[in-house]
Order: sequence, then C-alpha cells, then structure tokens
Amino acid sequence: MTGFITHRIIAMLLTLVAVSIVAFAIIQLPPGDYLTSYIAALSSTGDQVDPRVIENLRRQYGLGEPFYVQYWKWVTGVVRGDFGHSFEWKRPVWELIWGRLGNSLMIEGMAVMVMWLVALPIGIYAAVRKYSLGDYLATIGGFVGLAIPNFLFALILMYLAYIWFGTTMGGLFSPEFENARWSLPRIWDFLSHAWAPVLVLAMAGTAELIRILRANLLDELQKPYVTTARAKGLPEWKVVLKYPVRLALNPLISTIGWLLPALVSGSVIVSVVLNLPTAGPMLLRSLTTQDMYLAGAIILLLSVLTVIGTVISDILLALIDPRIRYGSK
Amino acid sequence: MAVETMPIATASAAIPRPRRESQFGLMWRRFRRHKLAVVSLWVAGLFYLVALLAEFLAPVEPSAYSARFTYAPPQGLHFLHHNEDGNWQFGPYVYGYKTEIDPVALRRTFVIDEAVRLPVSFLVESKPYRLMGFIPMSVKLMGVENPRDPFYILGADRLGRDMLSRLIHGTRISLSIGVAGVTLSLFFGIVIGGFAGYYGGWFDSAVMRVIEFIRSMPTIPLWLGLAAALPRDWSALQTYFAITIILSLIGWTELARVVRGRFLSLRTEDFVTAAQLDGASDWRIITRHMVPSFMSHIIAAATLAIPGMILAETALSFLGLGLQAPIVSWGTLLQDAQNIRTLATAPWLLAPGLCVVVVILAMNFFGDGLRDAADPHGR
Repeated sequence: MTGFITHRIIAMLLTLVAVSIVAFAIIQLPPGDYLTSYIAALSSTGDQVDPRVIENLRRQYGLGEPFYVQYWKWVTGVVRGDFGHSFEWKRPVWELIWGRLGNSLMIEGMAVMVMWLVALPIGIYAAVRKYSLGDYLATIGGFVGLAIPNFLFALILMYLAYIWFGTTMGGLFSPEFENARWSLPRIWDFLSHAWAPVLVLAMAGTAELIRILRANLLDELQKPYVTTARAKGLPEWKVVLKYPVRLALNPLISTIGWLLPALVSGSVIVSVVLNLPTAGPMLLRSLTTQDMYLAGAIILLLSVLTVIGTVISDILLALIDPRIRYGSK
Repeated sequence: MAVETMPIATASAAIPRPRRESQFGLMWRRFRRHKLAVVSLWVAGLFYLVALLAEFLAPVEPSAYSARFTYAPPQGLHFLHHNEDGNWQFGPYVYGYKTEIDPVALRRTFVIDEAVRLPVSFLVESKPYRLMGFIPMSVKLMGVENPRDPFYILGADRLGRDMLSRLIHGTRISLSIGVAGVTLSLFFGIVIGGFAGYYGGWFDSAVMRVIEFIRSMPTIPLWLGLAAALPRDWSALQTYFAITIILSLIGWTELARVVRGRFLSLRTEDFVTAAQLDGASDWRIITRHMVPSFMSHIIAAATLAIPGMILAETALSFLGLGLQAPIVSWGTLLQDAQNIRTLATAPWLLAPGLCVVVVILAMNFFGDGLRDAADPHGR
C-alpha cells in the first residue's frame, strides 16, 4: 500500500511540474511582457513611472532573461506562496484569489456529493428494474443531461426563475451576508444560493455516472454468485447491495479522475453565467485584460487541485479494491 | 438416344455469382437496424445541408440590421388563413407588427398584429450573391413579397438583425469548426497514436504519459488561456483557424488513444504477421492491411468527437474569447443571451442553444450507431 501511494505521489509531483510549465507558458504567451503593459497602464492614467521601481521589478521577475530563468524565479515564488502581482488590482495575486478559490472548491465538492447521492439510487434502480419505465426515463434523462451544455442549462434555469418567481438568480450570498462570518443564517443563505450552480454542475456528471453504474451493475447481476446468494434465500435488497453494487462501484470511483477536470472546466463557465464569486469570472476578466500573473495563478491552481483530487480518488480506489493495491506497486 | 447435355459454359454464365457485400455495405446494413441512429443521421444531414446552403436559405444577410425593429418578437410562418367568408385560404404569410408602449418600463415594444398579414413567397428575387462563395445566384428560398416589410420568423436581436438568418449562418460556422477541428485532431491522432501503437517502446510510453497529462487538466481554463493570447487584430479567417488549432491541441488525445489501441490489438494478428513474413514494408502493412481493418472504428470515434468540438467552440465564443463578433456562430449568438434582463424580454435569443442540443444529441446517437455497426462482433 505505501508503495502504491509513493508511486502515485511521485507521479503527481511530476505532473505538477508539467502543469506549472504549461501555466507559465500561458503567462508568457501574450505579446510583450508584464512590465511593458504595466508601464503602459501607468502612463495612460498619467502616473509617473519611477525608473528605479521598474528596474526592481525587472530584476524580481527576471524579465529579459531566458525562459528557464524566468520560469525558475516564478516557480520558486509560487512554492513560497508568492504568485506575483496583479497589475490590474495592484495587489498580490494570492490575496485576490484564495477566497474565490475556496468558493470554487466548495461548489465543486458539493456537486460531486450531489452527483453520487443522485446517481447511486437511480443507477441501481435502472439496473435492477431493467427496461422498466423508470429505467427508460433514466436513460433518456441521461442522454439529455449529457447533451445540454451546462452554461445553457444555467441560462434556462435563470430564465425560468425570472419568469416564474421574478427573481434574478446569481451570486452565492445575499448582500447582507457578503462579508459576514460563518453562522447558521449565513450557511442557510449560502445554500439557498448555491443549489442552482450545484445542480447545473452535477447534471452532466450524474448522467454519466448513472450510465456507467447501470452498465457495471448489469454485468455483475448476471454472475453466478448472485444466483447463489438468491438460491440461499438472501433477501433481495441484500443480494443486490451486498456484493454486486460494491463491485460495480469500483469503476465508478476511478471515473472521478475523468469527471474532475470536466467539473472544474464546467464550473468556470457556469460561474460566469450565474455571476458567482469563484475563480472562474476572475480568470475570464484577467485574461481579457491580460493580467497574466493572475490568470496564470488561477489556471495553475485549478489544475493543481484537479490533479490532487484525482490522486486522492486513486488512493481511495486502492483502499477499496485490493486488486489495484497489489496489481501495481 | 439423344443425350441431353447441358452446356456447362452457358450454365455457369446463367447463374450469377452472388454479389459480395462490401465492408461498408455490411456496416450500412447493421447501421440501418439502429432506428434512432438512422433518424439522427437524417437530422445531422439536414443541419449540414443548411450549413452548405446558408446563403440561399437565409432570408437576409446576417449583418443586415434595422434600427426600427429591435427585439421584434418571432412572427412565425403561417400557412392556413381563415378569411372573412369563413373559408380556409392557403398561402404562406407572416403577421405584421404594431408598437405598444410598455407602461412599466416606458419602452417601445413590438407586438404581433394579427390584423396585418404579409404574404410570403418562395424563391424570391434578391440581390445577387455567391452561394458557398463561388456559385452566382440571385434567388433566395423565401421572403416577404414587399421587401420593405419586416420579416422576422424567429424574431430580431438587439440591432434588429434577423435571428433566422443569423442562426443559419451560425450553423455553417459552428458545424464546420466541428469538422475542421476533428479532421485536424484525427491527423495528429493517427500519426502520433499510430507511431506509438505500431512501434511501441519508449515513444509509446512517452506519448501515453503526455496524453494522460493533457486529459488530467481542466480544458476550459486551458483553452481560455490559449485563446486569450490570440492577437486582437487578426482577421476573421485567422481567428477561425487559430481556434480550430487550439481545440485540436486537446482533441487529438482521445483519437490517438483509439488509434493506438487498434494498432496494439492488430499488431499481433495473423494477417499482419503474414504480411511481415512476406517482406512487406511497414508502410505497406499499415496502409494496406491495418488501416482498412480499423477505418470504420476511426470514423465512428471521429464522429463521436465532433459534438465535443462544437460544444467547446460554443463555450469559448460564449465567454467572448473564441470567435469574435463579425463571425456568426452559435456561441457568439448566445453571447447576446447572457444578460438575464435581455433574456426575459427576448427569450428567442436562446434559439441557438436549442440547435446546439439537437445537433449534439443527433451526432451522439449517430456516432453510437456507427460504432455498433463498425463492430464485427456485434449483434
């Protein structure tokens, strides 16, 4: 087990290095460097540009030096928690994003939980009552759920809420709770706002999970051990839940690795539509204003969280399934 | 006694050899059993036809605007009319508009006026244009008989542009970017996946690591980052191709995995070994023996990749970092529907979203059917 975990963690560290290189490449992509746009922004507002400040910044970021030197300066800063400076907000990047990143994480975590809570009973029902009305409904719902892009779903939800209830959906908190401390009313306020984005985000994943769970369970239910259990007089719910469901869950856990990137992607665009205070809208804004250190940090952190989530799901899978634990060291 | 002999030569000529079904014939026969897939093929085919004939089908230019009809609601297209004598009268027409002042918002709004009927005719004369850019024509599918009358079957947008025309032109861009992106991905996928699967070794494992890495990244932030770096002053065509390339940068991984898997499983087949022992070159083995035997799988996988591409383009353009304004695609059209207040006054702006869902569903079912049909071990 420890061998498996160390193996996975080493692989993760290598992936993280690759992720950081990609993120830095994106920072470097727009023409001109950070300082040129910084100076341009300062001069356009009529501010004086102090050449000493510029020279300092140039040295700090290693501008004008080769790619790998700049990358090294940036990445060592990142490890120390210094993600650079946002020239649009004139504040350190980390200060700007940590709260928003927390919101992103919360929404995505809730979406994962909803996915499982909804997909599990429906998937089991669809497999056990194969070709029943409920099964067909689940299948059709699954296809439609996969075909509706989540931003469109969010738009439709907003439209319906406006037409039926006259409310504009959006945000995560009411204004009076925006900066309040966590308390019971604030949690309630959060939940009453968060259900919509969570529902939207969970939809495609739920559809996918139901499909996989149904297929796995159908395979398992045909096996002789199920017949044996039934012949021995086990109650039907125990026949299904005790072994076949447990086995059918394994491939489901490993799909988290595929679901997470899609979920993080989806949350960016859904947050923009529903105007949530998460990392998504900030990423979009920083990219359109070419505030590249901010954009790079968000891309980096979103990817890092995805990679870490995947590794956790891999380790969970190994804990549950001994075949994986002993199969690869 | 006369022995009746049957002339052998003529007999063999008289009984024709049973026609051998080609591989694609067999596939087609299996495919036809999949009813949903056949219907989806028709739906998808219809959309591509619309994309092809965009200039002919669209009543007006997508950029033609009219400040007099901002946010005009959909007129619909009506065929039967119950006239004053109590008879049914046939003939396509649309209703006219009358303006009302919204008492709450104090704003001019358009309301369908059922008293005014504007007759619609098919194959009307128009300004000369070039179909698909090279066939000179001066006939459009339909239009109101008096060109000065409003004609907004699906309503108008913020600038009084015809939604239907924009939707039709958007169909061309959105569908073609799907095909272009998949073609490019397919090229990379076949070359890289083919090399990895056929030769194996360190190249194979390196490629697999790269694919795993790319697939573990959240795609939209990555695409956004790349798309944001495109120079703003690029022409429409340049942006179009750049976006295609950006989408393919991630799209090739799935196809490469499929190709590699096929190569791996075929490499040890007897017919490949036989060809190798015959001294055939690698190139000949790949192109003459291996590729034909999994071409159908690749086509199915590529078809299934198209919806993802269309969705990705729509999402990017929707966020404003994909295709830019003068280009009309479903994504850029949906950009107008981002604001909830606009959406409440003009819900018909969501029409491109409906197209996206229908096309994605159709392409998915079609691809599923194709995949089942391509599987020789299938039912």
